[in-house]
Amino acid sequence: MGVKVLIPAPLRRYAGDQESLELEGASVGEVLDDLTGRYGELKKHLYSEDGKLRNFVNVYVNDEDIRHLQQQGTAVQSTDIISIVPSIAGGD
Amino acid sequence: MTLDVSGAQLAAIRAHGERTYPRECCGLLLGSFEKGDKKRLVEAYAVENTWQGAGEFGLGDGQGEERRFLITPEDYRAGERYARERGLEVIGTYHSHPDHPARPSEFDRGNAWPVYSYIIVSVQNGRAADLTSWTLDDERQFQSETICRTTEV
Repeated sequence: MGVKVLIPAPLRRYAGDQESLELEGASVGEVLDDLTGRYGELKKHLYSEDGKLRNFVNVYVNDEDIRHLQQQGTAVQSTDIISIVPSIAGGD
Repeated sequence: MTLDVSGAQLAAIRAHGERTYPRECCGLLLGSFEKGDKKRLVEAYAVENTWQGAGEFGLGDGQGEERRFLITPEDYRAGERYARERGLEVIGTYHSHPDHPARPSEFDRGNAWPVYSYIIVSVQNGRAADLTSWTLDDERQFQSETICRTTEV
Protein backbone atom coordinates (compact mmCIF):
# COMPACT_ATOMS: atom_id res chain seq x y z
CA MET A 1 0.00 0.00 0.00
CA GLY A 2 1.36 3.38 -0.99
CA VAL A 3 1.55 6.78 0.65
CA LYS A 4 -1.28 9.20 -0.07
CA VAL A 5 -0.23 12.47 -1.72
CA LEU A 6 -2.74 15.31 -2.03
CA ILE A 7 -2.35 17.15 -5.34
CA PRO A 8 -3.09 20.91 -5.19
CA ALA A 9 -5.78 22.08 -7.61
CA PRO A 10 -3.51 23.98 -10.05
CA LEU A 11 -1.30 20.91 -10.57
CA ARG A 12 -4.02 18.28 -10.99
CA ARG A 13 -4.11 18.64 -14.78
CA TYR A 14 -0.50 17.38 -14.79
CA ALA A 15 -1.39 14.41 -12.56
CA GLY A 16 -4.21 12.76 -14.46
CA ASP A 17 -6.81 15.17 -13.03
CA GLN A 18 -6.62 13.35 -9.70
CA GLU A 19 -7.01 15.02 -6.31
CA SER A 20 -4.80 12.45 -4.60
CA LEU A 21 -2.48 9.62 -5.56
CA GLU A 22 -1.13 6.52 -3.82
CA LEU A 23 2.61 6.53 -4.41
CA GLU A 24 5.57 4.41 -3.41
CA GLY A 25 8.55 5.34 -1.28
CA ALA A 26 10.01 5.14 2.22
CA SER A 27 10.88 8.85 2.42
CA VAL A 28 9.33 12.09 1.18
CA GLY A 29 12.03 12.36 -1.47
CA GLU A 30 11.35 8.85 -2.76
CA VAL A 31 7.60 9.49 -2.90
CA LEU A 32 8.16 12.75 -4.81
CA ASP A 33 10.50 10.91 -7.17
CA ASP A 34 7.74 8.38 -7.80
CA LEU A 35 5.31 11.26 -8.41
CA THR A 36 7.49 13.06 -10.96
CA GLY A 37 8.54 9.74 -12.50
CA ARG A 38 4.92 8.96 -13.27
CA TYR A 39 3.91 12.52 -14.16
CA GLY A 40 6.92 14.17 -15.75
CA GLU A 41 5.14 17.44 -16.55
CA LEU A 42 4.86 18.12 -12.82
CA LYS A 43 8.61 18.29 -12.40
CA LYS A 44 9.18 21.82 -13.71
CA HIS A 45 6.46 23.21 -11.46
CA LEU A 46 7.89 21.56 -8.32
CA TYR A 47 11.65 21.67 -9.01
CA SER A 48 13.89 24.44 -10.30
CA GLU A 49 16.38 23.92 -13.15
CA ASP A 50 19.09 22.90 -10.65
CA GLY A 51 16.95 20.01 -9.46
CA LYS A 52 16.04 21.46 -6.06
CA LEU A 53 12.51 21.77 -4.76
CA ARG A 54 11.40 25.32 -5.64
CA ASN A 55 11.69 27.66 -2.65
CA PHE A 56 7.99 28.47 -2.63
CA VAL A 57 6.98 24.78 -2.69
CA ASN A 58 6.46 23.37 0.80
CA VAL A 59 5.80 19.76 1.69
CA TYR A 60 3.89 18.62 4.74
CA VAL A 61 3.70 15.13 6.22
CA ASN A 62 0.34 15.15 7.94
CA ASP A 63 0.49 18.58 9.66
CA GLU A 64 4.29 18.90 9.88
CA ASP A 65 6.36 20.96 7.48
CA ILE A 66 9.29 18.75 6.39
CA ARG A 67 11.63 21.73 6.90
CA HIS A 68 11.06 21.06 10.61
CA LEU A 69 11.66 17.33 10.17
CA GLN A 70 14.38 15.68 8.05
CA GLN A 71 13.52 17.57 4.85
CA GLN A 72 13.12 15.17 1.92
CA GLY A 73 14.77 12.43 3.97
CA THR A 74 11.74 12.39 6.29
CA ALA A 75 10.55 8.79 6.61
CA VAL A 76 6.94 8.08 5.66
CA GLN A 77 4.61 5.13 5.98
CA SER A 78 1.32 4.15 4.43
CA THR A 79 -0.76 5.88 7.12
CA ASP A 80 0.84 9.27 6.37
CA ILE A 81 -0.63 11.91 4.09
CA ILE A 82 1.71 14.18 2.14
CA SER A 83 0.49 17.66 1.16
CA ILE A 84 2.16 20.06 -1.29
CA VAL A 85 1.50 23.65 -0.20
CA PRO A 86 2.70 26.87 -1.86
CA SER A 87 4.02 29.86 0.02
CA ILE A 88 2.86 32.59 -2.31
CA ALA A 89 5.49 35.21 -2.99
CA GLY A 90 5.97 37.89 -5.57
CA GLY A 91 6.26 41.58 -6.13
CA ASP A 92 7.61 44.14 -8.50
CA MET B 1 -8.46 31.56 -19.38
CA THR B 2 -11.22 33.82 -18.12
CA LEU B 3 -11.88 35.08 -14.60
CA ASP B 4 -15.42 36.11 -13.67
CA VAL B 5 -15.43 38.74 -10.93
CA SER B 6 -17.87 41.15 -9.37
CA GLY B 7 -17.20 44.85 -9.14
CA ALA B 8 -17.34 44.61 -5.35
CA GLN B 9 -14.43 42.14 -5.23
CA LEU B 10 -12.33 44.27 -7.57
CA ALA B 11 -13.08 47.27 -5.35
CA ALA B 12 -11.98 45.29 -2.28
CA ILE B 13 -8.63 44.47 -3.93
CA ARG B 14 -8.08 48.10 -4.99
CA ALA B 15 -8.96 49.34 -1.49
CA HIS B 16 -6.56 46.86 0.09
CA GLY B 17 -3.74 48.10 -2.15
CA GLU B 18 -4.46 51.70 -1.19
CA ARG B 19 -4.63 50.84 2.52
CA THR B 20 -1.19 49.23 2.63
CA TYR B 21 0.55 51.72 0.27
CA PRO B 22 3.52 52.16 -0.02
CA ARG B 23 3.84 48.51 1.02
CA GLU B 24 2.50 45.70 -1.16
CA CYS B 25 -0.80 44.12 -0.20
CA CYS B 26 -1.60 40.46 -0.82
CA GLY B 27 -4.42 37.98 -0.54
CA LEU B 28 -5.96 34.81 -1.87
CA LEU B 29 -8.65 34.59 -4.52
CA LEU B 30 -11.40 32.23 -3.35
CA GLY B 31 -13.97 30.86 -5.76
CA SER B 32 -14.47 27.95 -8.10
CA PHE B 33 -12.98 26.34 -11.17
CA GLU B 34 -15.62 26.21 -13.90
CA LYS B 35 -15.83 24.36 -17.21
CA GLY B 36 -13.89 25.63 -20.20
CA ASP B 37 -10.87 27.15 -18.45
CA LYS B 38 -13.05 29.59 -16.54
CA LYS B 39 -12.78 30.57 -12.91
CA ARG B 40 -15.23 32.48 -10.77
CA LEU B 41 -14.01 34.75 -7.99
CA VAL B 42 -16.34 34.87 -5.01
CA GLU B 43 -14.19 36.46 -2.32
CA ALA B 44 -10.90 38.34 -2.20
CA TYR B 45 -9.42 37.03 1.06
CA ALA B 46 -6.96 39.56 2.48
CA VAL B 47 -3.74 38.22 4.05
CA GLU B 48 -1.10 40.16 5.93
CA ASN B 49 2.12 40.63 3.97
CA THR B 50 4.71 38.71 6.02
CA TRP B 51 7.62 39.25 3.63
CA GLN B 52 9.95 40.07 6.54
CA GLY B 53 9.95 36.35 7.33
CA ALA B 54 10.76 35.34 3.77
CA GLY B 55 14.35 34.36 4.53
CA GLU B 56 13.06 31.35 6.39
CA PHE B 57 11.73 30.08 3.07
CA GLY B 58 14.85 30.87 1.10
CA LEU B 59 13.00 33.64 -0.76
CA GLY B 60 14.63 36.72 0.77
CA ASP B 61 16.52 38.81 -1.80
CA GLY B 62 17.23 42.01 0.11
CA GLN B 63 14.02 43.73 -1.00
CA GLY B 64 11.44 45.10 1.44
CA GLU B 65 7.67 45.04 1.65
CA GLU B 66 7.50 47.93 -0.83
CA ARG B 67 8.65 45.50 -3.53
CA ARG B 68 7.78 42.02 -2.23
CA PHE B 69 5.02 40.07 -0.52
CA LEU B 70 4.74 36.67 1.11
CA ILE B 71 1.80 34.50 2.06
CA THR B 72 3.23 31.76 4.27
CA PRO B 73 2.13 28.15 3.79
CA GLU B 74 0.40 28.40 7.20
CA ASP B 75 -1.60 31.43 6.03
CA TYR B 76 -2.32 29.65 2.75
CA ARG B 77 -3.64 26.61 4.63
CA ALA B 78 -5.79 28.85 6.85
CA GLY B 79 -7.25 30.50 3.74
CA GLU B 80 -7.83 27.10 2.16
CA ARG B 81 -9.71 25.88 5.26
CA TYR B 82 -11.82 29.07 5.28
CA ALA B 83 -12.61 28.48 1.59
CA ARG B 84 -13.55 24.83 2.03
CA GLU B 85 -15.94 25.68 4.86
CA ARG B 86 -17.78 27.83 2.31
CA GLY B 87 -17.65 25.31 -0.53
CA LEU B 88 -14.95 27.29 -2.32
CA GLU B 89 -11.34 26.70 -3.42
CA VAL B 90 -8.23 28.82 -3.70
CA ILE B 91 -8.22 29.84 -7.38
CA GLY B 92 -5.35 32.31 -7.24
CA THR B 93 -3.81 35.24 -5.50
CA TYR B 94 -3.63 39.02 -5.72
CA HIS B 95 -1.08 41.65 -4.80
CA SER B 96 -0.27 45.28 -5.44
CA HIS B 97 2.63 46.94 -7.24
CA PRO B 98 3.13 50.29 -5.48
CA ASP B 99 4.27 52.90 -8.04
CA HIS B 100 4.94 50.17 -10.61
CA PRO B 101 2.88 48.90 -13.58
CA ALA B 102 0.34 46.09 -13.19
CA ARG B 103 2.58 43.60 -14.98
CA PRO B 104 4.13 40.48 -13.42
CA SER B 105 7.81 40.71 -12.55
CA GLU B 106 10.41 38.00 -13.06
CA PHE B 107 10.17 37.36 -9.31
CA ASP B 108 6.41 36.84 -9.69
CA ARG B 109 7.06 34.34 -12.49
CA GLY B 110 9.65 32.40 -10.53
CA ASN B 111 7.21 31.80 -7.69
CA ALA B 112 4.06 30.92 -9.60
CA TRP B 113 2.09 27.85 -10.52
CA PRO B 114 -0.06 27.38 -13.62
CA VAL B 115 -3.86 27.55 -13.64
CA TYR B 116 -4.07 29.98 -10.70
CA SER B 117 -5.12 33.57 -11.43
CA TYR B 118 -2.58 36.23 -10.44
CA ILE B 119 -4.28 39.60 -10.08
CA ILE B 120 -1.99 42.62 -9.89
CA VAL B 121 -3.19 46.12 -9.03
CA SER B 122 -0.91 49.06 -9.69
CA VAL B 123 -1.10 51.69 -6.94
CA GLN B 124 0.24 55.07 -8.08
CA ASN B 125 0.87 57.68 -5.38
CA GLY B 126 -1.51 55.86 -3.06
CA ARG B 127 -4.38 55.54 -5.56
CA ALA B 128 -5.28 52.23 -7.23
CA ALA B 129 -4.85 52.43 -11.00
CA ASP B 130 -4.65 49.55 -13.53
CA LEU B 131 -5.74 46.08 -12.46
CA THR B 132 -4.77 43.03 -14.52
CA SER B 133 -4.92 39.24 -14.21
CA TRP B 134 -2.41 36.64 -15.42
CA THR B 135 -1.99 32.88 -15.60
CA LEU B 136 1.18 30.86 -16.03
CA ASP B 137 1.22 28.58 -19.07
CA ASP B 138 2.77 25.11 -19.38
CA GLU B 139 6.09 26.71 -20.34
CA ARG B 140 6.04 28.79 -17.13
CA GLN B 141 5.36 32.04 -19.00
CA PHE B 142 2.67 34.47 -17.84
CA GLN B 143 -0.24 35.07 -20.20
CA SER B 144 -2.79 37.82 -19.78
CA GLU B 145 -6.14 36.62 -18.46
CA THR B 146 -9.49 38.13 -19.44
CA ILE B 147 -11.41 39.62 -16.53
CA CYS B 148 -15.19 39.42 -17.00
CA ARG B 149 -17.28 41.67 -14.79
CA THR B 150 -20.38 39.86 -13.59
CA THR B 151 -23.67 41.50 -12.72
CA GLU B 152 -23.92 42.37 -9.05
CA VAL B 153 -26.49 40.29 -7.15
